Amino acid sequence: MTVAAPNRYLASLLAGQPQLPASPLAWFNDLRSHAVDRVGALSVPTTRDEEWRFTDISPLTGIPFHPVRGGSKPDIAQLAEFILTEAGARLVFVDGEYAPLLSFNNTGITVTSLASGLASHGTVIEPHLGRHAEFQSNAFAALNTAFLHDGAIVIAPRNVAVSAPLHVLHVATQKGAASYPRCLVIAEPGSVVTVVEEFVALQNDVYFTDAVTEIVLADGARVHHVRVQRESGQAFHVSNCAISLGRASHYQSVSVALGARISRCNLNVVQTAEGVECAIDGLALVAEQQLADTHTCIDHAQPHGVSRQLHKCIVDGAARAVFNGKILVRQGAQRTDSSQSSRNLLLTSKARVDTKPQLEIFADDVKCAHGATVGQLDSDEVFYLMSRGFPEAAARNLLTYAFGAEVISRIPVASLRHKLEQRVLAQTNSQSVSK
Amino acid sequence: MIIQDSKTLLEVHGLCATVNGIEILKGMELTVRYGEVHAIMGPNGSGKSTFSKVLAGHPSYQVTDGTVLFGGQNLLDLAPDARARAGVFLGFQYPIEIPGVANSQFLRLAYNTMQAQHGKDELDPLEFDDFVREKMKLLEMNPDFLDRSVNEGFSGGEKKRNEILQMALLAPRLAILDETDSGLDIDALRVVAGGVNQLANKDNAIILVTHYQRLLNYIKPDYVHVMESGRIIKTGGKDLAVELETRGYDWVSAENKAGAVVPA
Repeated sequence: MTVAAPNRYLASLLAGQPQLPASPLAWFNDLRSHAVDRVGALSVPTTRDEEWRFTDISPLTGIPFHPVRGGSKPDIAQLAEFILTEAGARLVFVDGEYAPLLSFNNTGITVTSLASGLASHGTVIEPHLGRHAEFQSNAFAALNTAFLHDGAIVIAPRNVAVSAPLHVLHVATQKGAASYPRCLVIAEPGSVVTVVEEFVALQNDVYFTDAVTEIVLADGARVHHVRVQRESGQAFHVSNCAISLGRASHYQSVSVALGARISRCNLNVVQTAEGVECAIDGLALVAEQQLADTHTCIDHAQPHGVSRQLHKCIVDGAARAVFNGKILVRQGAQRTDSSQSSRNLLLTSKARVDTKPQLEIFADDVKCAHGATVGQLDSDEVFYLMSRGFPEAAARNLLTYAFGAEVISRIPVASLRHKLEQRVLAQTNSQSVSK
Repeated sequence: MIIQDSKTLLEVHGLCATVNGIEILKGMELTVRYGEVHAIMGPNGSGKSTFSKVLAGHPSYQVTDGTVLFGGQNLLDLAPDARARAGVFLGFQYPIEIPGVANSQFLRLAYNTMQAQHGKDELDPLEFDDFVREKMKLLEMNPDFLDRSVNEGFSGGEKKRNEILQMALLAPRLAILDETDSGLDIDALRVVAGGVNQLANKDNAIILVTHYQRLLNYIKPDYVHVMESGRIIKTGGKDLAVELETRGYDWVSAENKAGAVVPA
C-alpha cells in the first residue's frame, strides 16, 4: 500500500473503511455523509497553519493506517490495571469498537453504546451529536464524524445526581490501526455526573487514535470530566472535545497527557448562558522524543461567567510540549472573571515548551488574569531536600512529581489519582539526573 | 554540657568562603566537642548564616580555603545529602515550602533514608505515622500538619517547629540551628527551645546561630562566640550573651580592633 499525498491522506484513511451500515435515522446518515464530504475537502494541517505552528503532524501522514480489523477482544484480566474500583458504570471500546462483555452499568441512568442510545434516545441525541464538535474546518473532527458508528452515550436525566464515576475506557490493541472513539454526554438540567475518559494500550505499537467528545450541560448541571491519555509511546493521538455550558452550570475538567509519540488535544468550552463556572486543568508529562500539544479555548459568550485554568507541562529528554490557551470574552460578556496559569518545568537543556496564553477581550467590565512560567527545578528546594539526606536524583524526582501532583490531586476519583501518582512517580524516577 | 575529655566532633580551621565572588568567611576557627552547645552571635552581615550554610554544603557558597573535619572526616568532600546522612543537620532560617509534597511523605522518606544509612529497618506509612505523632507531641504540634504540603502556608512558628521535628526524627550528631528564634512569639520560642533541650545529649552537639540573646534564656550555651567580618573575634561563656544584650556588639568590635593594633 502506498501512502497518499498529504492533502489526500484523510480521504485515503476513509477509503479503506468498509461500507458502514446505514442507520434507520435519516439525520444520522446525513450527518455522516456531510462529514464524509468535508473529509474530501480538507487536508491534514501543517505547521503553516497558525493553529498547528508548533506541532508537525507530518510523521502521521507517513503511515498508511488501516481500519480496525475484527480481531479478538482482550479479556477482563488483561484490563485489570485499568479498572476503577469506584466506577458505577464502565464502557470499554477496543480499537474503537464497543465491547459489551467488558462493560457494565449499575447507575440506573443511560450509559450505553451509540447504537443502543440511538435506538432508545434518538430524539435526545439528535440535537447534540455532531452539533458541538465543529467539523466544517476541523479535519480530524470531520474524519471521526465520517466514521460514526460506535461510541459512548451518557444521558444524566433532570435533577439526577450520580456520585460514582462513569468510566469510558478506550483500549488500543492493533498495530497500524486507526480508531475513531466518540463520546457524547448530555447532562440534563440539575443533573450531576462524573465522566472519566481514558485512552490506554496493551502493547507499545504504532496506531492512530482520532477521538471526539461532546459534553452538553443544561441549566444548573454539574459535570466532572477527567481525561487520561496514556496511549502507547509510539501512537498518534488527536482529540477534539467540545463543551457547551448552559445557565449556571458547572464544569470541571482535568486532562492528563502521558503517552503517545505525538498528541494533540483541543478543548473548546463555550459558555452559552449567564452565570457559568468552569475549571479546566491539564498536565502533560513527556520525555524522549514525545510531543504533547494542548489547545484550549474558553469562550465567554455571556455575562457573569467564571473560568479557572491551570495547565502544567513537565518536559524531559528531547521532548516538546505546546500549550495554547485562548480566553475569549465577547462583547456583552460583562462581569466575566477568568484566570489562567501556564506553568512549565523543563528537565533538560534539550526539552522545549511553547506556551501561548491568548486573551481576546471585547467587554470592558471584566477581570482576566493570566500568567506563564517556564523554568527548572528550584535549586533551594533541591538543597533543602538534600540537606535532609535525599540523594540529588531522589530530591529532583520528588520535586518533579510534586509539580505534577498539584494537577492530579484535583481528580475526584481516588483510585485513578493513586494510579496516576504512581505512574508519574515511576516516570520521574526513570528520568536522568540534572543535565 | 561540657564533658571532661569529650571527643572532638567538629573542627573548623582557617575556613574562607565566597558567594558570587564576594568573600564572606575570612578564616573561621571553631572546635565543637560532643555534648556541647555553642552559640554564634554577631551583627547582621557578620557571616553567621553563611557559616551554617557552608557547613551544610549549600551550592551557592564556594569554599576557597581552610578545612572542616567532622568526626575526623573531611566534611568539604561530601555532597549535602552525604553530610546529612553523616549526621549534620541544618535547621533553616527560612524553611522552604514544597507544594505538592505531603509533609508526612517528606518526613518519612527523610527518616527512612537515615534508617537505611544506619542499616536499620525502614518504617512503612502506618508505622511511621505512630512514630512521628509521638515526636510531634514534644513540639506541641497539631497532627494536621502531616497532611499538608511541606511548610506550605505554615506560620513562622509552625515552620520552625517542623524544622525541630525533622531534627528529632533524623537524630543528627551536629545540629546547626540558623536563627531558629526569628519569627517566633514567646510561647513558640519556649516550645521550640524545650524541644531542642530534650534532644541535646552527650552524643551530639548543637550550634545555635542567633542575632539575639533571647533564645539563650531557654537554651543555655556552653560557649558564646561573637562573629564579625567573617570570623570569630571573641569567645566566652553564657554570661557573654547577657553582656552583649545590654551593651550591644560595638564594644566587642572596638576591643578587637584595639587588640589587633597591640601586638601580643
